[in-house]
Parts: sequence; C-alpha cells; structure tokens
Amino acid sequence: MESVIEAANLQKTFDGIKAVDGVSFRVLRGECFGILGPNGAGKTSTIRMIYGFSPMTGGSLDVFGLDIRTDWRTIRSKIGVCQQDNNLDPELTVMENLFVFARYFDVRREDALDRARRYLAFMALDHRRESQVLELSGGMLRRLMIVRALINEPDLLILDEPTTGLDPQSRHQVWERLEELRSRGLSILLTTHYMDEASRLCDRLIIMDHGRILVEGNPADLIREHAGKEIIEIPNPRHEIRELVRKTMPDYEDLGHRLVIYLDEREKSFQEIRSYLRAEGCIMRMATLEDVFLRLTGRDLRE
Amino acid sequence: MTAGRNIFHYVSRRLWRVWQRNWTVYRKNWKISFLPPLLEPLLYLLAFGVGLSALVGTVRYGEKDISYIEFIAPALIAVNIMYNAFFETTYASYVRMYYQKTFDAMMATPLSLEEIIIGEIVWGATKAVIATLIMMAVISGFGLISYPGGFVIIPLAVLGGLAFGAIGMTFTAIVKGIDLFNLPIFLFITPMFLFGGTFFPLEALPSWARNPAFLFPLTHLVNSVREFAGGAPGPLSMWGVLYLVAFTLVFLPLSVLKMRRRLIH
Repeated sequence: MESVIEAANLQKTFDGIKAVDGVSFRVLRGECFGILGPNGAGKTSTIRMIYGFSPMTGGSLDVFGLDIRTDWRTIRSKIGVCQQDNNLDPELTVMENLFVFARYFDVRREDALDRARRYLAFMALDHRRESQVLELSGGMLRRLMIVRALINEPDLLILDEPTTGLDPQSRHQVWERLEELRSRGLSILLTTHYMDEASRLCDRLIIMDHGRILVEGNPADLIREHAGKEIIEIPNPRHEIRELVRKTMPDYEDLGHRLVIYLDEREKSFQEIRSYLRAEGCIMRMATLEDVFLRLTGRDLRE
Repeated sequence: MTAGRNIFHYVSRRLWRVWQRNWTVYRKNWKISFLPPLLEPLLYLLAFGVGLSALVGTVRYGEKDISYIEFIAPALIAVNIMYNAFFETTYASYVRMYYQKTFDAMMATPLSLEEIIIGEIVWGATKAVIATLIMMAVISGFGLISYPGGFVIIPLAVLGGLAFGAIGMTFTAIVKGIDLFNLPIFLFITPMFLFGGTFFPLEALPSWARNPAFLFPLTHLVNSVREFAGGAPGPLSMWGVLYLVAFTLVFLPLSVLKMRRRLIH
C-alpha cells in the first residue's frame, strides 16, 4: 500500500526538551490516521513538522514520497491544514476568506469560486457565504476552517483537534462530513483528545506520551488488547469487595475511591463475578478507547 | 528548514499574495483608511502654516529664505511616510501575527516565512505611498510642491516606507506584548518627529544635538522630500537616499531573522 507520510525516528527538541523523541509511523493513502495523547505528548509538534511549520531536529520525514526539508513548498501545496486556532481573517466575509486563502495556493479565481460553493454546501455553510466571520458560531467557524483547508483540493487533510470546544450537534456534523471525505478516498491525519472521535473516525491510530509512541493499531484491536471486553467500575468499594477482587481478578486498577476491573469474557470467573458484583450497585460497561488511553498514559493531570 | 540559509533564497513572487491579502482587507475599509492622510495634513497646515507662520515668518533654509509653510509641508509628508509604514508593521502586523494568527495560517500554505514578512513590509510601504499620494494632492493644491521634481517624492515614499516598515517589523519580532510598542515610539519615533529637521532647521540646534539627528532615518527622509518638493535636489538628497537604502538593507534582513527566531520553533 502506498504511503502518504513516512516518519522514521522523527525528533524535535525545544530548548533542550525532547518534545518528539524518536517517532516512526506510516500513514497510508486513503486512511484516517489518528495521533492521540495527553497535553504535551508531542502531537502538535509532530504534525507541525509534517506540514513543514517546524523544522525537525532529527530523523527523516517524507510526505508524498518527498523530503519535507527540501520539497516543503510542493508538499504544502498538496496538503490542507486545519490548525487548532480558528485563524480566519476576522475582517473578511466567508467567501473573501476562501478567496484570499485560495490565492496563497495560486488557485484561479473561477476555480476558487466553484470550490468555495461546493465545499460550503458540503459543510452546510452555503447560507452564510456573505456573512462576516465574526458573526459565525463556534461550530460554523470550525466548519469554515475545514472548508478553507479543502480549497486547494488537497491529497492529505491534517486536522489538529477539529472538534475541540464544539457542542455535540456540531461535533457529530463534523464527524459525518469527515467520514464522507474519507469515503471519497481523502487521506486524513487527525489529532484529538476525544476517544469517541478517534474510535469513530480512525482506521489506525497511535497513542503518544512524552514524545514517544506507546501503542499503534486500529481502535478495536487496541481496546481488546489493552482493556479487554467489558469493564466494571465499583465506586467506594467496601473492604470485602476489594479483597475479593484482589483474589479473583487478574486485571484491575485500584484508584482508592474506585475499582476498575478489566474483564475478558473468556475468563472462567466472568459470569459469577459479574452476577455477584452487579448486586453491589456498580457500573458495568463496554471497554472503550478511553480505558486504553487512561491505562497507558496514567491518570495524573497534565498541566 | 530555513535555518542558516540566505533569506532571499526563500523569497518568490508569492510575497505578492501576502500583499494582496492586506490589499483585500484595506479595500473593504478604504473610506476610513482614506480619512487620516487626507485630514491630518490639512490640520497641520492650518495649525502650523497659518497659525505659526504668522509668528515665524520665513525660515533660512540652504541659501535662501522660504516661508514657514513651505518649510514644513514636505516634512509633514515625510512624517506621514514614517507613521504609515511604522504603524502598519508594528501594531497592525502584530495583531495579525499574535491575535489573528494570520501568519500561522499562511505558513500552512506554500508561502515561506520570508515571503510573509517581506510581504508585510512591502505592504507597509504601500500604505506610506497611498498616504503620500493623498497628501501630495492636498499640499499641491496650495502650490507647495514644485513639479516635475516633486514626482520623485513617490519613489522616496517607497524607500522610506521600506525603511520604516523594516524597523517596525524588527520591533514586532522582539516585543513581548503589544503595549511595549510605546517604548520605540517614545524613544525613537517621537524624538525623530520633533528633532528630525521637521519643524525647524537643524542648524538651529547646537552641534551636540544636531549631529545625532543625522542618525535618524527621518532626518534623511525629510531632507530628501524637502529638496525634491522645492525643486532643487542637492547632496543632502543623495546622502539621504543612500542612508535610507543602507538602513533598509540592514533592518529588512534583520527583521526576517528575528521573526524566524520568534515564529519558527
């Protein structure tokens, strides 16, 4: 399968701190690839190197088979980037924003007009063409950022936390549109804090922490491998419960005020412990990517 | 990716895309943008030319006596070139860089940082030229510019605009916050405005104050504009132009280097 991005031992050092510390991964054409990690894990540093914003400290990085260090202009002309900040031009209207941006890519005005109309309609913004950017809601701004990232008809779309700060309706709308883009064959690279977003959109993902990759795989495999099938959470466990779990459960975490038990349906004790614990007013649910994430990156706050 | 390379290696015609972006925004607000360069010289001419002239009478300039209004009118053009370029690449560029993150957005496109910064400085020079054209029209209405020599003021506005745009951008690259522009304005712009040979001939100053005034780029811009407006360009203009070219050649690359350090991590 053809790679869109090939990063090998990628490194980035800021003022002696290793923000990205030897990261290697490939993004294949047509897939949606996610980079997950807590704040400061090195996600944004990694994607900034990919679109040639930050010079890399070490390693190698090819995008579309071209070296980012020498062919950054060609690479950037074929990438659409939706950065974390909504850095639209506040003095301009929606259409003017798109025209100005299209000019940076030398897109002809007729083409820009055609694309702007199509992608605004696609992102459900066609009724706001002549609006001032300052009049738009947070969800609309985010969608406009995605339209702007598509104005050069990129081969790779890079999204840095595309739905942070959006309400659930807006998030679902953005997800639907991104799924549609992926189904048309667009390669997508995404960073996110939302595990449901990553589970839904990503074919494959990596979880990073402290500048390194902890795991790589598709969301379902990662869940099965690192969190099992089902999870039981026991709030404020009594002493006897804690003892029972300690004796019978091979895989659990004790958070003090809460026990988290990772269950695999193949386990012999599965059925019996389940019926026993259910009576204790505890929560039973499917394992999610969030469980994988918290297990691998820990529960300490990152500030 | 750009470290250690000659800045002009990364500059292509795409810098006009940055210029065009600012032009697009400017055209939207042109009615407001037009007013200050139109009204300000009128106010100054009224205050100094009419009000102060009565007290001052004539000024000994070069070999001859000229009316005070004739003396300060070209200086007002030079001051406006300085203000327009400097304020564009300080406050306005800072807002685009820091608050609107316009440069960040541009750096995800085929534009280089060098094109963005130089495009901004060229835009600052453009605003200086626009203001100059408006002021020249007003001042010519009073018969205070002699032509065709006066047309040279337009390329002087380009040069002065680049010089003040470049030093403004250098400050933008190093200030910690937008309020700190008060410092270069207080220490650099205002002294030039007052002591750059604008409102009185430098000969009126004692030598310890006169000689430092020749370090000011505004002094040279005032000299050049005044000589061409008066129709008698001499060595002062030649030195003035050379000084401004040298000033630009220092501060334009310096602003790009400082901006690289600020923005590229």
